[in-house]
Parts: sequence; C-alpha cells; structure tokens
Amino acid sequence: MSLLYLSWKNLINKPLSLLLSLVLFALGVGLISLLLILNKQLDEQFLKNQAGINMVIGAKGSPLQLILSSMYHVDYPTGNIPIATSKAFLNPKHPLFSLTVPLAMGDSYEGYRIVGTTDKILELYEAEIGEGHWWSKVYEVVLGAGVADDLNLKLGDTFKSSHGFIMDEELIHDDAESFKVVGILKPTGSVIDQLILTNSQSVWAVHDHAIAEEHEAMEEGSEPDHSDEEGHDHDHEGHHDLHENALTPLTENEDQEITAILIRFRNINAQTLSLPRNINENTDLMAANPAYEIDRLFAMMGTGEQSLRVMALIIMIVSGLSIFISLYSSLKDRKYELALMRVMGASRGSLFVLIVLEGLILAVMGYLLGITLSHLGMEVLAGFMKDAYRYTFSGAVFLKQELYLLAGALVLGFVAAFLPAIQAQQTDISETLAEGK
Amino acid sequence: MLQTSELEFSYAGGSILRFPDIDCGKAEHWLLLGQSGSGKTTLLHLLGGLLSSKSGRITVAGKQMNELSVGKRDKFRGRNIGIIFQQSHFIKSLSVEENLMLAQKLAGASIDRDRIAQLLKQLNVGHKLKSKPENLSVGEQQRVAIARALVNQPAIILADEPTSALDDHNCEEVIRLLEKEANEVGATLLVVTHDGRLKERFEKKIIL
Repeated sequence: MSLLYLSWKNLINKPLSLLLSLVLFALGVGLISLLLILNKQLDEQFLKNQAGINMVIGAKGSPLQLILSSMYHVDYPTGNIPIATSKAFLNPKHPLFSLTVPLAMGDSYEGYRIVGTTDKILELYEAEIGEGHWWSKVYEVVLGAGVADDLNLKLGDTFKSSHGFIMDEELIHDDAESFKVVGILKPTGSVIDQLILTNSQSVWAVHDHAIAEEHEAMEEGSEPDHSDEEGHDHDHEGHHDLHENALTPLTENEDQEITAILIRFRNINAQTLSLPRNINENTDLMAANPAYEIDRLFAMMGTGEQSLRVMALIIMIVSGLSIFISLYSSLKDRKYELALMRVMGASRGSLFVLIVLEGLILAVMGYLLGITLSHLGMEVLAGFMKDAYRYTFSGAVFLKQELYLLAGALVLGFVAAFLPAIQAQQTDISETLAEGK
Repeated sequence: MLQTSELEFSYAGGSILRFPDIDCGKAEHWLLLGQSGSGKTTLLHLLGGLLSSKSGRITVAGKQMNELSVGKRDKFRGRNIGIIFQQSHFIKSLSVEENLMLAQKLAGASIDRDRIAQLLKQLNVGHKLKSKPENLSVGEQQRVAIARALVNQPAIILADEPTSALDDHNCEEVIRLLEKEANEVGATLLVVTHDGRLKERFEKKIIL
C-alpha cells in the first residue's frame, strides 16, 4: 500500500484519459528515438562505406550520383568511361594514389549488383575470403556475405545475370554463360557484403555476347563463333574458350569500358587537392570528392530531419500538456479524497509526491511504449530498406541518447505534474470536508 | 482525554465563534448537539486538528494540538484520532480492504489484514472486503467508514453527523456499532449531530 501503488491505481481508474496521455507521450518519444537510431545507423553506414576513399572518377554527370552509385550502390551510374582515357589512373604505381579500385557495373542478380573489379576491393573494405577462393577465371564470382546469406548461394552454385539493377525476367542474359560461385567473403558490415564481385572481363563477356547476338541477328547466316565474342582476349591468349582465358590487366583492354574508379590518395597535399578540378576541366572524365558530396547530401537530408525533430518536440509538449490537464481536472474529483488522506495522517508532502508520481509513472510508461514502438518501427523500416537498397539496418540497436531521452521524459512528466501537485498539497482540508457534506 | 478551554475561532469574514469548555474523560461517550450554523463542524475540525484555533487551548490525549506543527499534527491525528463524516468518502480507485490498509499505512502503523478482516466482520460488512466503495449501500459505506476510523485503535473517535443520511433502521445499527467498537478499543467517542434520534442514547451532552 505504497504511494506508488496508490498513484498507479488512480491512473488506471481513468483508463481513457490514461490511454490518451500515454499514446501522445509514446508518439513523441517514439518519433525522437526513431530519428536518433535512424540517423545513427545512416551515419555509421555512410562512414563505414566511405572506406577512406578520397576521390571517385567516372563519366561526366552528377557527382553525387557518381558517389552514390559507385560507393554506396544505391543510384544508377553516370555512364561508362573508356579504359583508354582512364588508363593513367589505373596505373598501380601511380605516385599520388595508394589504392585504386576499378568498378565495371551494369548487371545484377536478384537485385544484387554484379561488380567487375580487382582484388584491391578487398583491401578497400578490409574484407577477407571466408569460404572458397578468389576467382582465377572469367565467369567466376565471389559473393559478399549478405548476398550469399540472402540468396542462399553456396560454393559451386551457378546463376545467370540480368541486365540493369532491378529484377526483370526479360532482361536475363539467357544466352550468356552462367556465373559460378567460387568464393564467399566474411561479413564486414560494409557495402561489400551486398555485392557480387567478379572480374571486369566477366562483365564485358556477358555484354560482348549480347552484342555478338545482335550482330548475328543482323547478318543472318554467319555462325556465332567464340572468337567473335572474345575479340581482344582471343588475340592475347589464343584460347578459344573464355573459361580458360587467363585474366589480363585492365590496362591491356583499351577498347573496353569501366564504370568508375575508387581512389585513395597516398597523401593529402596541394597536388591531390587540385587533382579533381584538373580532371574535371581537362578531361572527359569526372572526379568527385566523397566527403564533400556526402556532406552536401546530409545537409539536404538535414532539413527534413530538422522538421521531423520539431514535430516530435511539439508532440512531446502537447503530451506534457495532456498530462497536466488530465491531472489537474482529476484533482477536482479527488479533492475530497486528498483531504481524507490528510485526515488519515498523510502529510502535505505525501500528497505532492502522490500527484508527481502519477506524472512520472505516465512518463515512464509512455517512454517504454515509445521506445518499443520506435524499435519495432525501425525493424520494419529496415525490412523496406533492405528490399530497396540492399542495406542492413536493425531495430535492435540501443543508443546512449535514448537514456537522455528517458531523463527528458521524466523531467517532462515532473513538470506537467508539478502545478497539480502543488494544488494537491495546498488542499484546505477543513473547507473541503465541510463542502463535502 | 479531550479538553478545550476558552476556545475561539474566527472565520475569514471576521465573525468570532466562542466555544464552551469541554472535558471528555477516557472511554466516555459524548453527544455534541447544535443547530445548523452553530459551529458544530468547526469545533469538530478544531478538535481533530484540521483547523487551527485563534485562541484557547485544545488538549487531545495529553497533547496540546495548537503547539504541534502541521506535519506533526497530521501524524498525530492519523495515530490517535478516528474521524467519521456524514457522507463517507473513500479513495475510489481502491477496494474496501485497500482503503483500510491505506489508513494504517498513512498513520504510520503496520499493515494488519487480519485486523481489517475482523473489524469489517464485526461491522457486518466482512463480505465487502474486495468491493469498490462505490458499490456499497449508504449504510454499508458508513459502517466501512467506522471501520476505517477504528482500524488504528485511536484514543478518540470524532463522528460528524454519522447518522443523518441514514434511515431509522440503519441509524440504530450504525450508532450501536459505533458505541460497541469504541468500547472495544476503549476510545473516547464524541458524536456531533443535530439528529434528534440520538438524544436519548447519550447521557453526556454538550449543547452549542
């Protein structure tokens, strides 16, 4: 029979008014907490996937789009660039670059992007082979951990890619060779988990094949011949089968194209700082600075986030007001009860505590409900995000800020209950009891 | 046990009320009679420490009420004085039993559920232990109010018009039980009323 119990009993004695206050409070807390966890995870994802990349080179277009498509794999590429013109940047002994990762994109499997690249990408994302081995032939692929997990692919499995980044039966490269899984990476938590890695030759081969088919359709009667498809590969290696084709350095395939090059600088100095501008002004290529573009993106998203924050704050204030009003109006009905408690020996302080406890109980319950809602909501959102962008978010992430949020909720509960509590404390027992006759 | 001398009270309006001196001994039963507006309730509130007097002294169970601070008076009242009102009010959200437990708790006594059950049984409302007070009849409510006033075995019981809302049958029953229970705990009983039905029952009377 503590005051806490009595406060609780008083609250549930008016279930509808309790529900209203709770729902409002939970909405406010939930929205703030959702913003916090979403923001935190977005920041983490962006930071992790930035992977120390200082510059991205691709076809001319929107620099933000280039960054999003080549670093975060969420947007379409700006186009392709010929190896002939970008050869200088692919030089592994480039004096300014410590790491260079070429990307050839354009195909996907079940919505997961197939990226033609080199083993330098492992270094970039600090990834390691978990099962199997790195590819040694054309049409061999290494899967990111997330892809293998989600599509349930194992070593030795084969599949056919489809053109573009969305799942579409009609765009499957039916006539091309199947890709074969030879390796699966350990999970890293970065974007590489969501990629299907292969060599650039495989990506080209699929497309050369398609071109050859078109070619054949135009010139009826001419036998499709592997050597036609292989083109330069044939010249170099003399093999008639792509499968056995040893992989050649990118720079020896001048007539082919790639999509983007991710670059880490050896040092940041005046030369590297002016490099993007030089590239943009003097070549047909575009160089984008990830840090700058991501800052720009966050600044754009910040406005939306800001207005959501303001909205959440307004809901919190309204919920505080609703607690205040419901406590205040309940005091009128309970005036006699409060006087009675004094008659039974309760001190003024006890009455103050009784009402404050009601505000605090509401705040704690509203907080718990809000946090539950936000984390469930995040879990649902994570499902959508995974389908749309192949990014993994989670509702099972709890932040230190959420503790501050609890403190804030308690303060709000206290402030809302303060005036009614003072009112309760100052109940004139004699007058109230005389009126109650 | 319950004494006043030269007790005066002034209302906000300025009119001053003078009360006759009272001297009620231990375990005595007294009736305080007076017309409406004669200050019966005011006197009862003064005796119970719900109001502070302007001048004069009130001694309850050997304690000078005027000298106690508000907080000490609350505690003292909870432990030593049981008060019954004309209309019995309860904490609506609590059951009958919980209302009585609260009375024990607020008085600083330990919770004794056996005592509560036994008391309610003596007052013929033992079966209402778990009921909400609002579901009781007026007579039952008044009996629970008596139980609440008695639960801490007070030295003094003050009853303000305990029977005026009741029919003859219930009036008889309630006052009989009130006297019986007061005797049981050896408490001094002071009943304030204008209810003519009670005049014959009490030998000791104070007229305002």
